[in-house]
Amino acid sequence: MDNEKIKQIVLDIIAEIAPDEDLSDVKPDQRLRDQLDLDSMDFLDIVMELRKQHGIEVPEDDYMKLESLDSCAEYLLPKFPQQAV
Amino acid sequence: MAGMAAAIRLALFDRKVLLLERHNVPGGLNSYYAQAGRRFDVGLHAVTNYAPPRARGAPLNKIFRQLRIGREEFALSEQKGSRIVFPGFDLSFANDLESFRAEIESVFPQCIDGFDRLLAIMDDFDSLSSHPPDLSARQVLRETLAEPALEDALMCPLCYYGSARENDMEFAQFVIMFNALFREGFGRPLEGVRRVIRVLRNKYRSLGGERRLKTGVKRIVARDGKATSLELDDGQVIEATHVVSTIGWVETQRLCSDREQDAGKEEIGRLSFVETITVTDLQPADLGWEDTIVFFNTEESFVYERPEDLVDLRSGVICFPNNYLYPDGENLDEGFFRVTALADFNGWASLDESIYKEEKAKWFERLHKVSMQVLPETDEARLNRHVIATDMFTPRTIQHFTGKLGGAVYGAPDKRRDGATHLSNLHLCGTDQGFLGIVGAMLSGISIVNQRILSPS
Repeated sequence: MDNEKIKQIVLDIIAEIAPDEDLSDVKPDQRLRDQLDLDSMDFLDIVMELRKQHGIEVPEDDYMKLESLDSCAEYLLPKFPQQAV
Repeated sequence: MAGMAAAIRLALFDRKVLLLERHNVPGGLNSYYAQAGRRFDVGLHAVTNYAPPRARGAPLNKIFRQLRIGREEFALSEQKGSRIVFPGFDLSFANDLESFRAEIESVFPQCIDGFDRLLAIMDDFDSLSSHPPDLSARQVLRETLAEPALEDALMCPLCYYGSARENDMEFAQFVIMFNALFREGFGRPLEGVRRVIRVLRNKYRSLGGERRLKTGVKRIVARDGKATSLELDDGQVIEATHVVSTIGWVETQRLCSDREQDAGKEEIGRLSFVETITVTDLQPADLGWEDTIVFFNTEESFVYERPEDLVDLRSGVICFPNNYLYPDGENLDEGFFRVTALADFNGWASLDESIYKEEKAKWFERLHKVSMQVLPETDEARLNRHVIATDMFTPRTIQHFTGKLGGAVYGAPDKRRDGATHLSNLHLCGTDQGFLGIVGAMLSGISIVNQRILSPS
């Protein structure tokens, strides 16, 4: 698992919950909310899919750590099992 | 509708959900019934909040996303065009705020600056806040527009489509309704409300949710500030960690074991309606009626309160489910027109059965006559030859089938925006939470479940 793979995982989840969003040009260092029409309700779903698909728990206090793709990667990397997925 | 959305949302998050419906048809206030093999929608005149794909932040698009439903599944077609008809003027609108603004500018040129100020105030207002300031819409309109006729003309459709308060509404509610009707607008599936109900049902079923129709809740057992179990009409007892109620705030309290059976009497909504339904073997357009919806008022001022008579004939709403831009020129096989007006629940409720039928027939005729004066002129003899069925519901019908006390379809005048009740795990959504209409109802179910169950901080 590496940062790029995690960013892709997050993008795949966003594509699933927000199929109407154009994800072709999402800047990894910018807030997702500023680039896409995502609100706090959507972040609930991102967290849910991380749990369902990858068994990763994100406590509510940490939701802000998912604000950009870069911060997602940084925060989630230690949570993924180290052997490749 | 709110309950179905809440149930889907919970099931998506792998919660074990049981959806209980006392009636034999789902949908609650937006449902349908059959008579002589013909199905009639109740509630749904139009799906308000029509928004095109990708409209940012649009409630309709939030719903598709949050329920994981494709927008094509609702198969919404846009309205042809609607009107507000008042003595001496009428205002046309469709799903386009700019054209409505232009219409206002041409009829009330002296008010256009005020109208623009109103739009700006609404832009800056957080109408979805769970604790909005209690501000009178009438007061804001008076200060911005300074034109009673335009103020009334804006209030009329918004009141009819969602005010539980007499003669006024909270400004937060006004903003929600204004956006729902004038910024976004009307759409409808060709099949009507059944389409929406079926999509929700299939979604819920695909997630493994359990549903029981014809199963009412007799009692919510409360202990130590929590709802501990539900007793069903059939005697069964269900335990749950959370209970979501969409039946209304007073109605919910009265089920709770720690409240009196007649609790909240003064909180029951006072506004109810009659609706006449006329079915023809012609399309409305063949009779010269092209409007989708007509909101009318025939008096100097618009009055929105419980009438002293059984029905208030001075104002109302006429809707034509045929007059939408359905694809490929498709349309309903028969022509429908429905006329809605304010009605007095107590008056209707106290009539003996035989007199009740007579009064229904009498007021049907009167309301029909008013609608003939409001609509573009048609050959009434020809219309009458083509009428193949009629029906009418009253406040009494509404209370009987929906359980809404006083037939108050818009519920209690004071809303509980945060969905909280006196019991920590009993949550309120739907009409008395305060988001109205089909889209509002679904959004209410979704947002209360999100805030109070899926992310309780």
